Amino acid sequence: MNVLWLQSAGCGGCTMSLLCAENPNLFDTLGDAGISFLWHPALSVETGAEVRALLDAVERGETVLDVLCVEGSIVTGPKGTGKFHMLSGTGRAMLDWVRALAPMAEHVVAVGSCAAFGGITAAGGNPAGAIGLQYDGAHAGGALDEGFRSRSGLPVINVAGCPTHPAWVTETLLMLAGGLIGAGDLDRYRRPRFYADHLVHHGCPKNEYYEYKASARALSELGCMMEHLGCVGTQAVGDCNIRPWNGEGSCTRGGYPCIACTSPEFEEPGHTYTETPTIAGIPVGLPSDMPKAWFMALASLSKAATPRRIDVNAHSDRIRVAPAPKRET
Amino acid sequence: MSERQLLVGPFNRVEGDLEIRLDVAEGRVAAAWANSPLFRGFEMMLTGRDPRDALTITPRICGICSISQSAAAAFALAEASGAEMPEQGALAAAILHGVENLADHLTHFALFFMPDFARPVYAGRAWHGRAVEAFTAQEGSVARALLEARARLFHIVGLLGGKWPHTLAIQPAGVTRTPDARDKVKIQTALRAHRRALETVLFGARLEEFAALDSVAGLEAWGTGAAGLFGEIAADLGLATLGRGPGRYLSCGAYPMPEGRATRAGVWEAGALRAFDPAEVVEDLSHAWMLGGAAHPAEGVTAPDEDMREPGYSWCKAPRLAGGTVEVGALARQVVDGHPLALALADEAGVRARIAGRLLEIARTQLWLEDWAARLDPAARFMGDWDLPKDGAGAGLVEAARGTLGHWLRIERGRIAGYQIVAPTTWNFSPRDAEGVPGPVEAALVGCPVVEAEETPVAVQHVVRSFDPCMVCTVH
Repeated sequence: MNVLWLQSAGCGGCTMSLLCAENPNLFDTLGDAGISFLWHPALSVETGAEVRALLDAVERGETVLDVLCVEGSIVTGPKGTGKFHMLSGTGRAMLDWVRALAPMAEHVVAVGSCAAFGGITAAGGNPAGAIGLQYDGAHAGGALDEGFRSRSGLPVINVAGCPTHPAWVTETLLMLAGGLIGAGDLDRYRRPRFYADHLVHHGCPKNEYYEYKASARALSELGCMMEHLGCVGTQAVGDCNIRPWNGEGSCTRGGYPCIACTSPEFEEPGHTYTETPTIAGIPVGLPSDMPKAWFMALASLSKAATPRRIDVNAHSDRIRVAPAPKRET
Repeated sequence: MSERQLLVGPFNRVEGDLEIRLDVAEGRVAAAWANSPLFRGFEMMLTGRDPRDALTITPRICGICSISQSAAAAFALAEASGAEMPEQGALAAAILHGVENLADHLTHFALFFMPDFARPVYAGRAWHGRAVEAFTAQEGSVARALLEARARLFHIVGLLGGKWPHTLAIQPAGVTRTPDARDKVKIQTALRAHRRALETVLFGARLEEFAALDSVAGLEAWGTGAAGLFGEIAADLGLATLGRGPGRYLSCGAYPMPEGRATRAGVWEAGALRAFDPAEVVEDLSHAWMLGGAAHPAEGVTAPDEDMREPGYSWCKAPRLAGGTVEVGALARQVVDGHPLALALADEAGVRARIAGRLLEIARTQLWLEDWAARLDPAARFMGDWDLPKDGAGAGLVEAARGTLGHWLRIERGRIAGYQIVAPTTWNFSPRDAEGVPGPVEAALVGCPVVEAEETPVAVQHVVRSFDPCMVCTVH
């Protein structure tokens, strides 16, 4: 299976993250499975004229393309021309290239939230007119229209994340190579369900604090970050705390909130990222699949029942009070 | 040989998008223009937001200099608010940042720069077979070994900073995670494993021996590891005299800590070091697709010219220091810091000097990281208190892998009123200024050999990649 990878208007961080693939390394993970890069901007030897020839061959259908991966948003500005990002050496906007190449691919994969939805590049008034491949934020229809289907019949597969976990990308490619992704394997925003059927909350080491709503009030405190510090791990898709990052990390393990970087429009939460907006003292954006009254009742009960150990540790930068299992006392 | 124009792009194995236009005459580059063809507008996005949002947004300017961007934002906010990191918080921030810089140097050497020597154009050279074995793109044994070493090194960021890239761990008053004793020994274990990879594959000898080199003769005598292979290639291809930079080097000093920065700040020119005064920085817009006039970043604005009018030819502004171009990066940092090997290479200033400067910094950064990890005190505080001011201004200056990075922030009524960023490659890949003076890479390319049959000259690629450009940072 060959993969053509284009870097559009993004930061390149999804590629940089991909290079952190382990057990085995990226080259072996893909290469041993028969997946090769037709061209990748950070990894391939071909430059300049060699790349232009290669792109032309794909566009003319002379080279059969299995997977088109696009990393980064597609910018439409200024004035709808896409000239805020010309693919260098070609005199054509990336917007134009993506529209020309996507129909040639068996599968089209948006790597990262920028390519999927516009992402961080669409923040703050969206000065460059950034959109995703097949979404504009949460709205269907992006650089490719809502009805676009690649040769396989699938829409654009959105491996959302900012950045993407290396395994989200390698496993999507491995599953495509194995014929293991159909329409039913994508969620409502067409993210692969193998990682999007989990919540960042699952496996979060702060879960005991969450149970009691023992909340951190400042970054570096150990408590749950939902109530005050903007954490939306209970509503964000991703297996970040089941399958950690860079060995054993995740945002919440690093002591800072999940900002739902796998979600469309995460870049504009409507408040400061690290602060939870409240209405009459009640955090907005409680877990969506639980009645609010129930949540409030349970939260006030559990707060009242918070053991001293959890209360003290929640407001500390390290564990001050150790657990004391009954059988050991 | 006839005169012709070449357009080199897509220019890969650099971070982000780059287009180089060349005038070629008599088999050499007569003039070069560097175009940064991507505009996203981060400075515009930040305006009007809560200043703390800069810590989340600016790392996402760049996936390879992500921690550098976050550190610059944290220090700009710290200056604006009077926040101070506790000593150990600054140490943890330096470890996070040092790991990224070290990893970036490995990525550059193994994946971006060296694969060009495995090209068939060099078949027949004495070293070509070894270059093919070691550095063929996506296959070479050294590329593979260093890719794995890099991924394991980033476990330190996973542990201390949650993930890489785009961590939010570095804050104006410290770091969000307090490492415990177990974290400390894990970090030290990861560093020992990393040392083994560097000594086995990259240097073929003890790190301390490479870090102790103090002359060009010593560098040329270095025969072991991938560093030795590079030296052999550099000698055979004359990389010492290829791609000479301006010979003016800037560094703001790397890794701010309470006791001072780990490397010296300054401007080195003609054998002398002088102080770096950030007030001397001006961004010239004459050849950028930008509206407005030249300004210091504290007063600068970003307003793209949507009509992309001439003489503009790039979205990149042209920063100048006291009116002149400067080169930034590992070589510049080591020259300014006064390392004897770097000083010996300062006037050479070409492709070999840049790569040697980076190899030297790989060795030194590993040694610094080992020292910092040993100094981690799990009993200490890693985060202090701080309050966001209603009004204020601050600058955050740090050394990214590719050189000096500055954030200039202005806060009015609790919101960001101005945010300007000058990134390392903004310096190195700037377009011409109002005086018509080319940017450092544009000047370095002049005289570069171009063979008649070449559409994408390989020597041009060596020169451009020797700067390790990060184009996504450049315009941001």
